[in-house]
Amino acid sequence: MAYSDRVIDHYNNPRNVGTLDKSSTEVGTGLVGAPECGDVMRLQIRVNPETQVIEEAKFKTFGCGSAIASSSLATEWIKGRKVEDALAIKNTDIVKELSLPPVKIHCSVLAEDAIRAAIGDWKKKNGVAEAVESTAAAQ
Amino acid sequence: MSTVASQVEVPAGVSLPIYMDNHATSPLDPRVLEAMMPYFTTKFGNAASRNHSFGWEAEQAVEKAREQIAKLIGATAKEIIFTSGATESNNLAIKGIAEMYRERGNHIITQVTEHKAVLDTCKRLEKYGYRVTYLPVKADGLIDLEDLKRAMDDKTILVSIMAANNEIGVLQPIREIGKLCHEKGVIFHTDAVQAVGKVPVNVIADNIDVLSLSGHKIYGPKGVGALYVRRRNPRVQIAAQIDGGGHERGMRSGTLNVPGIVGLGKACEIAYEEMDNEAAYLRGLRDRLKNKLESELDYVHVNGSMEHRLPGNLNMSFVYVEGESLLMGINDVAVSSGSACTSATLEPSYVLKALGLGDDVAHSSIRFGLGRFNTQAEVDYVAAKVIDIVKKLRELSPLYEMVKEGIDLTKIQWAAH
Repeated sequence: MAYSDRVIDHYNNPRNVGTLDKSSTEVGTGLVGAPECGDVMRLQIRVNPETQVIEEAKFKTFGCGSAIASSSLATEWIKGRKVEDALAIKNTDIVKELSLPPVKIHCSVLAEDAIRAAIGDWKKKNGVAEAVESTAAAQ
Repeated sequence: MSTVASQVEVPAGVSLPIYMDNHATSPLDPRVLEAMMPYFTTKFGNAASRNHSFGWEAEQAVEKAREQIAKLIGATAKEIIFTSGATESNNLAIKGIAEMYRERGNHIITQVTEHKAVLDTCKRLEKYGYRVTYLPVKADGLIDLEDLKRAMDDKTILVSIMAANNEIGVLQPIREIGKLCHEKGVIFHTDAVQAVGKVPVNVIADNIDVLSLSGHKIYGPKGVGALYVRRRNPRVQIAAQIDGGGHERGMRSGTLNVPGIVGLGKACEIAYEEMDNEAAYLRGLRDRLKNKLESELDYVHVNGSMEHRLPGNLNMSFVYVEGESLLMGINDVAVSSGSACTSATLEPSYVLKALGLGDDVAHSSIRFGLGRFNTQAEVDYVAAKVIDIVKKLRELSPLYEMVKEGIDLTKIQWAAH
């Protein structure tokens, strides 16, 4: 299978590889996929509690080149964004950016899932979902 | 910034890319090409033309090739039928026997790690009322002879078990299988595509009744193969699957591929003369590769028996690294992977799964197929490169990190997708 230049670039030079302290309240961790399926992504974010901006994003991925590239790209895109803005990233954006062929679309879906899972974990730790709801109720 | 791109130096005398996928196909030996050349141009006759020298010349060349092939497998020239390749040979053998011996019975025994050319042929026969037993294999890839004994009944007409497996290189106990078949009066067919020319195969000593072989796996041309069909003790009959001019004793019609056949014959002649030395050479290279990988990397293991194995085969799992991503990192080396991502079906190798390997380990496997033209310098480069990339990809692998932290991956609730 021929890979796009963007996939090769992310594979050769993956951005933001690493591990954040998952016990920190500022850190959200998303672990998605399954070893039997050949893809596991772990994406972590560190969110500034004042600004809600994702100041750091790290990933590690077990998977094919497209899976590695999708998660690498995802960390690049969410870094510097506010949490709610990061949720706006869609798997189709990743497909487009990396020119993924149809058989690799699941890699982009997994990357979107990883973003959501990491943000979900952070929200749970910080009681953010409830806070948003209660604000809405107060209005 | 971390980087996966490899900086392994290419040693002198090694040119890239390196071909190390000789179970898929092998390069044509220059001596084979030389033998073939005249039959494309000046000696272009049809081997079935009986009335002129062009035909005689072609026929003579074909008969010489028959002798060369027969000699390699301990057969007689008259027992060799030419085909377009091993897929056709397997189809002809299994369907042809099933049809010819329908009165005697309808039961066929094969095993789960056969090539698709055998498995899919058997599946088709099931649609036509044949009963097929697919024997399991043990963790080392070999069938259990007791299973075979138990599977045989009075309706069994054919046992088809490969001599060497194309993915893991495991050699089945064909001599014992053949003996069992002969005791029970059952025909024994073996797909010997990977074994012929690599390890000794002798149709008499190994009790083989029908055998498939192919040109391009033994440094011969593509598009040509042969089927050995035993003529005595017992005489095996095969119903033709391609009708026409009655070529090849009526078993396989169609104008003979004379240059291809000449090439196959020459390839067999070379294999006959060089097999012993070549096997020792390849075993040395293979073991060198294995030792290097095992000494530098943890969580690696060989799939299938090391004892009963083709000399040029190494199938290894690099656990916690996905096979396709590894192939991508060693893109100047041609090998293949049991990873689902490299297949059209997105299913990992059924051969590795049959050994009892989990899908995760099957996804991490690489098949190295060493051949006649590989060198020690190439092996050293490939080993260094694989070690480099596996280490880098493990830095990227959440699974490797978790295992190193002592987390039991089987205890995690994975969300399968």
